[in-house]
Amino acid sequence: MKVGTLKEISEGEQRVALTPESALQLQKLGHECVIERGAGLAAGFNDAEYKSAGVTIASSAAAVTKACDIVTKVRPPNANEVKRLSSSKTLISFFDPGSEANLIELACSKGASVIAMDMVPRISRAQKMDALSSMANIAGYRAVIEASNNFGRFFTGQVTAAGKVPPAKVLIIGAGVAGLAAIGTSTSLGAITYAFDVRPEVAEQVESMGAEFVFLDFADEQADGAVTGGYAPISSPEFAAAQLAKFREIAPEIDIVITTALIPNCDAPELWTEDMVASMKSGSVIIDLAAEKGGNCKLTVKDTRIVTDNGVVIIGYTDFPSRMAAQASTLYANNIRHMIADLTPEKDGILFHNMDDDVIRGATITHAGEITFPPPPPKINAIAAKPKEAVPIKTVEQVKAEEAANFSKATRQQYSLLIIGGAVMLLIGAYAPASFMQHFIVFVLSCFIGFQVIWGVSHALHTPLMAVTNAISGIVVVGALLQIGSGSFLVWLLAGAAVLIATINIVGGFMVTRRMLAMFQKS
Amino acid sequence: MLSTGITSAAYIASAVLFILSLGGLSNQESAKRAVWYGIAGMGLAMFATVFGPGVGNYILIAVMVVIGSFLGVVVAQRVGMTEMPQLVAALHSFVGLAAVFIGLNAELELSTVRQLMANGGDLGDLTGFGKKLAAKDAVEIAILKVEVFLGVFIGAITFTGSVVAFGKLAGKLDGKPFKLPGGHILNASALLACILLGMWYTGGSGIWTMVAVLIISGFIGWHLIMGIGGADMPVVVSMLNSYSGWAAAAIGFTLGNDLLIVVGALVGSSGAILSYIMCRAMNRNFVSVILGGFGASKGPQMKVEGEQIAIEADGVATILNEADSVVIIPGYGMAVAQAQQSVSELVRKLRARGKSVRFAIHPVAGRLPGHMNVLLAEARVPYDIVMEMDEINDDFPKTDVAIVIGSNDIVNPAAQDDPNSPIAGMPVLECWKAKHVFVSKRGQGTGYSGIENPLFFKENTRMFYGDAKVSLDKLLPMID
Repeated sequence: MKVGTLKEISEGEQRVALTPESALQLQKLGHECVIERGAGLAAGFNDAEYKSAGVTIASSAAAVTKACDIVTKVRPPNANEVKRLSSSKTLISFFDPGSEANLIELACSKGASVIAMDMVPRISRAQKMDALSSMANIAGYRAVIEASNNFGRFFTGQVTAAGKVPPAKVLIIGAGVAGLAAIGTSTSLGAITYAFDVRPEVAEQVESMGAEFVFLDFADEQADGAVTGGYAPISSPEFAAAQLAKFREIAPEIDIVITTALIPNCDAPELWTEDMVASMKSGSVIIDLAAEKGGNCKLTVKDTRIVTDNGVVIIGYTDFPSRMAAQASTLYANNIRHMIADLTPEKDGILFHNMDDDVIRGATITHAGEITFPPPPPKINAIAAKPKEAVPIKTVEQVKAEEAANFSKATRQQYSLLIIGGAVMLLIGAYAPASFMQHFIVFVLSCFIGFQVIWGVSHALHTPLMAVTNAISGIVVVGALLQIGSGSFLVWLLAGAAVLIATINIVGGFMVTRRMLAMFQKS
Repeated sequence: MLSTGITSAAYIASAVLFILSLGGLSNQESAKRAVWYGIAGMGLAMFATVFGPGVGNYILIAVMVVIGSFLGVVVAQRVGMTEMPQLVAALHSFVGLAAVFIGLNAELELSTVRQLMANGGDLGDLTGFGKKLAAKDAVEIAILKVEVFLGVFIGAITFTGSVVAFGKLAGKLDGKPFKLPGGHILNASALLACILLGMWYTGGSGIWTMVAVLIISGFIGWHLIMGIGGADMPVVVSMLNSYSGWAAAAIGFTLGNDLLIVVGALVGSSGAILSYIMCRAMNRNFVSVILGGFGASKGPQMKVEGEQIAIEADGVATILNEADSVVIIPGYGMAVAQAQQSVSELVRKLRARGKSVRFAIHPVAGRLPGHMNVLLAEARVPYDIVMEMDEINDDFPKTDVAIVIGSNDIVNPAAQDDPNSPIAGMPVLECWKAKHVFVSKRGQGTGYSGIENPLFFKENTRMFYGDAKVSLDKLLPMID
């Protein structure tokens, strides 16, 4: 199959869906690669690099589409691009199928298959092709860099000869992929980082990244992200109010706010109100990653940087991934490559569009002349950490009572063992002759000593213990020695053999134990 | 010629030395001294016996001891540390066989003595053991016969069982459980037959009953151990260790020799405790291990979702170079691949970069209790960075990288998460709590127990496929 990549036509879009590296990987799957002239230039990949990776260069978008069976790109296609498709072709790109019903119709009428990268279900198996996550990761990183660029001070606190610099305080709202990436970048730049999310179960992830989770004083059961496919659900009005109150309280101290709160198929919730902006210090920066869907701050203007009257910079760019085109293209091209790998399970260059596969089914929006959007809910629940079950904390009395119960249980056990043991001894003593009892005392006491001594043996020395017990159980040689003097030939023979093998045991056992013990060395 | 009193005194001294020798194993340094106590005890006991009353045939003794010592030295020097489980099993079989021989001898002597007594022969000609026998009354003779029966029975089970265990551990026999049709009923009826024969024997039937017991109990030992899978071998080997002790104790009773009784009891209880520790580490009871097979599952096992993500050596190296703390979890796979030297080299390199590197050892890792410790010691890994499960399990959340080399069930999170898992409740090493987990494994199979391991499907787990030694050797030059 031929895989073709189109040049992006949206204004300012610098990414590309194929890199020379991913082209090599695609060729390993048995595909040929074609790319439109100059498609990778903005992302830093020139045509010569593609050529040396074995990619054919085509002169126009129409030529690419005509020549190839699979067409890949980044941004959702426009009507022209869709019109060029035909029944044997598969388009793989972002699509935004929720708001592009007409385009879906058009693609369907052409008979083409369309795989929307933004519809890949969020299950662990599909993570390698989850382009939304890879782009969100970049957006989160870039948001912090952009904020730093607009922020007139250091992130990290410093004590210099010229005076002390306080560390910047960064608040990140929404600890999804973008939020976590922003947390990581911000903490590694040295800022004091706070993070908030409506799903309290992500607090652990937040803290593992080195940020402080902002907890609300809110008693009710909070949202469980696992039910809604790993995304945050809409919160209750009471919860929203508690959340705003908390933000209002901390707003004056915060230097940089990065909001990433999005709810699937909804406008972005307002989380950073005008009065909070007003209470912030001059020179503070707000990066609104939700600008595409109206912004988490009402003052945000999409795709623009504005400065408020009190000197707060609000950035509403929506093209953060495109601003890091080389990185974004690399990751996106890998996502596409993994998707195509799943579509060619035999690695023989033949496309197998398996509609029984959860991931492929979920991402496909048209196939074989039918519209397959929206997909049925996936069989597997999305990946979101389950809230921890509260471990009941025991009171001092309970602990004491438990200890007392355990103690009395152990006492009872010991008593009953002693009584049973005593009874058995009496029984044996009543019937067995005295000569036997003498040996029996030795036996029982030795067992007892054995139990006491062996419990003290270090676990690390269990193998030497077995070897040394092996050697000393060669003591049966004593038995054989006592018999070997007998007159009978058979006894003589058997005893001789017993002496021989017992000696092997003794000598072999002790020597191998010594060898082992000599190896144990302290550092 | 030493008197009986002096001999007894020597026996007391050597019993004390043996106890000291076992007690000294409580730590690595005192253990090096303890083994000399054992050797001294054994030397003393043999010397006192050979030159004690009632022993003859010195030439034969000397020849046998020289040959035996020579063979022992050869074996001890040649054996590799990965072959320790086989060696231990083989040595157990020797004790079992010797016990059988001595038991049969006791019966032979007994019948000679009785014939003499019946014919009114001269009892004064009898030496050592024979004299003791002649002095016994009817009840004592009956007890002696029970002791002979026990010695032969336990000895034969130990012998054939150890031979099978040896075969399985050395890879000469298939490691999979094997049972004859009839299974445990067959074992139970064989046991019953042995008891019946034993009763006939005490009732006065001749030596043929003992030979029959020997054969049947040999069959029990063979069949019992054939039915146990490779992963349960630590329990089997420590159980056989215990049996060899009890066999020695039974012989001690037969011969009326207290030293044998003391040592037999020490070894027997040592093996019993080891078996108990191993069973507890697998959260299974002794009977279910010995009867083979896992406990019945209470429902369908949890399905594992996700996929196993592979990683190459360069990826592992990158993360290892950045890590501060590393924990390595070795298992039987490391021994099979003979990778301990490469592991040690990896540890040396990582420690030279100032990283904290430790080992986490599960009690049942390997095929012998403490097997991993010995392998690592052989590869010159210092023992103070080799930790037990309880010492290190709480540290995994603070660990950057956990490397699993050839272990499977002992790092299976299903033991905690899935109440229907066959290993539910077994204590495991919680390596999945580390930031990154690398699993060095041959392929995607489920290993000995056939239990799916959700660890391999975790998001922070990467599978480092290939032979452990080859993989590590590829990794080593990339660590800097």
